[in-house]
Amino acid sequence: MIVAEQKEISEIINMVGDHNNILVVGCDTCVTVCLAGGAKEAAILSSALRLAYRVKGKEITVEATTIERQCEIEFVDALEPILKRKDLVISMGCGIGVQTIAERFPQLLVVPALNTKFLGLPEKQGVWVERCQACGQCVLDKTGGICPISRCSKSLLNGPCGGSQNGKCEISKDTDCGWHLIYERLKTLGRLESLEEIMPVKNWSTSRDGGPRKVIREDMCL
Amino acid sequence: MKVGSRLEILLRQGKFVATAELGPPKSADLELIKKKASILRGYADAVNITDNQTAIVRVSSIAAGKIALDEGLEPIIQMTCRDKNRLAMQGDVLGAYILGLKNLLCLSGDHQSFGNHPQAKNVYDLDSIQLVNMVRDMRDKKVFECGEEIKNTKKSEILEPRMFIGVAANPFGDPFEFRVVRLAKKIKAGADFVQTQCIFDLPKFKRYMEMVTDQGLHEKVSILAGVMPVKSFRVLQYMKNNVAGMSIPDELIRRMKAAEDPKAEGVKICVEFIQQVREIPGIHGVHIMAVEWEAIVPSIVQQAGLYPRPDVQ
Repeated sequence: MIVAEQKEISEIINMVGDHNNILVVGCDTCVTVCLAGGAKEAAILSSALRLAYRVKGKEITVEATTIERQCEIEFVDALEPILKRKDLVISMGCGIGVQTIAERFPQLLVVPALNTKFLGLPEKQGVWVERCQACGQCVLDKTGGICPISRCSKSLLNGPCGGSQNGKCEISKDTDCGWHLIYERLKTLGRLESLEEIMPVKNWSTSRDGGPRKVIREDMCL
Repeated sequence: MKVGSRLEILLRQGKFVATAELGPPKSADLELIKKKASILRGYADAVNITDNQTAIVRVSSIAAGKIALDEGLEPIIQMTCRDKNRLAMQGDVLGAYILGLKNLLCLSGDHQSFGNHPQAKNVYDLDSIQLVNMVRDMRDKKVFECGEEIKNTKKSEILEPRMFIGVAANPFGDPFEFRVVRLAKKIKAGADFVQTQCIFDLPKFKRYMEMVTDQGLHEKVSILAGVMPVKSFRVLQYMKNNVAGMSIPDELIRRMKAAEDPKAEGVKICVEFIQQVREIPGIHGVHIMAVEWEAIVPSIVQQAGLYPRPDVQ
């Protein structure tokens, strides 16, 4: 899932500025699961904004709604009837959600209430961790199902650097060394010898470095 | 002989070599580089020129290396994977070579979160092993990473940069058993010499070297044992608590703490380590890392019985 975190309220208030008829749009998918931008958070943010402006002596209209997926035009279409007279949309979706709404309704100003953090999973209650950087060329078959690109602070491909100690990364004692995890996993799988092979230079052009990416399935195109 | 650098010649001759380190300044201070160079001249066979060490901006290792070369030192240019992609790295290898720099130490590099620009974007286009492989292919296969021959135009002659390639090895990182595997990978990738992380835990280092010699790795690569003189027990304590991948016995901290003259004791310990690592099979030299204490190197080299350094014809 995509993991996101709500921005500071002061930053959101700055984005609101002089707008006074606002729609806050939650998303029912990833950001609901990571408790950042679902229906509940959309309602809370709406109240918080109304309150903040009331304290300043100004009444603003803030309405909240939540759609199933902000990252698909079909779902975003559903916003059309309630966008009339709105002068600002605050998306509580991930960065994709914000852009999908903006693309669908180009005449409207759409701003983000969240910072999109990473692709990951809930590790335990209240904790989310990164697992994938969408590099476009998966190597998990070679690394025991643990991703060195996202889990090694340096995205190394040939084992832990000299800063690995007691299973932790040099950047913090709270960060696992991704390569230590890979080592232990391969040991369990009886495949340690695979670490003796040199993993060649990676082709980063399939990653963000190749420019904005696109997947085209000719067989599925109409 | 691969490149004919002074370091390579001495190692081929079987000399026990001594290398030191010169940290470039955090300002455009040419005189400081010259001053540090003049301290080290004659006391080290080659001198590592660090590359934005601990992720703090400094004069570039190649520029400082050229100054050091002109001052009569034999530089080992350090290059980390943190700040440069393969284009910048290869351009710098070409540039370093035409400036007369012939030794290159390939490193992953400390993470930028340690330094003075923790908000920087890091690169890690390659890792250190891939860097070694690339520089070796530039020298031996005379090709760039992309496979193109190293020549200016189709009709020009090939003019490849020839570097004597070094790597770091940390016997004290984890997982311990993987450390020798990693060294073997670096050798397979093309490492000619190795400088180890500074050794404070001799028994652990000996266990590591046993694994190294069991596999015959010491016959494929020259291994220089890293030593570091410290000025006070606080330095050791700090490293023990804050620097990942270090093994520092409490006994050593106690010894430094009890010393009347801690600086002299630090030097004494360093000299003892040099003498002890020299006895370990498979060690071809020492690398003295006197971080921001270059002035002590001559005295350590002398006390360790390593002075004068051999001449190279």
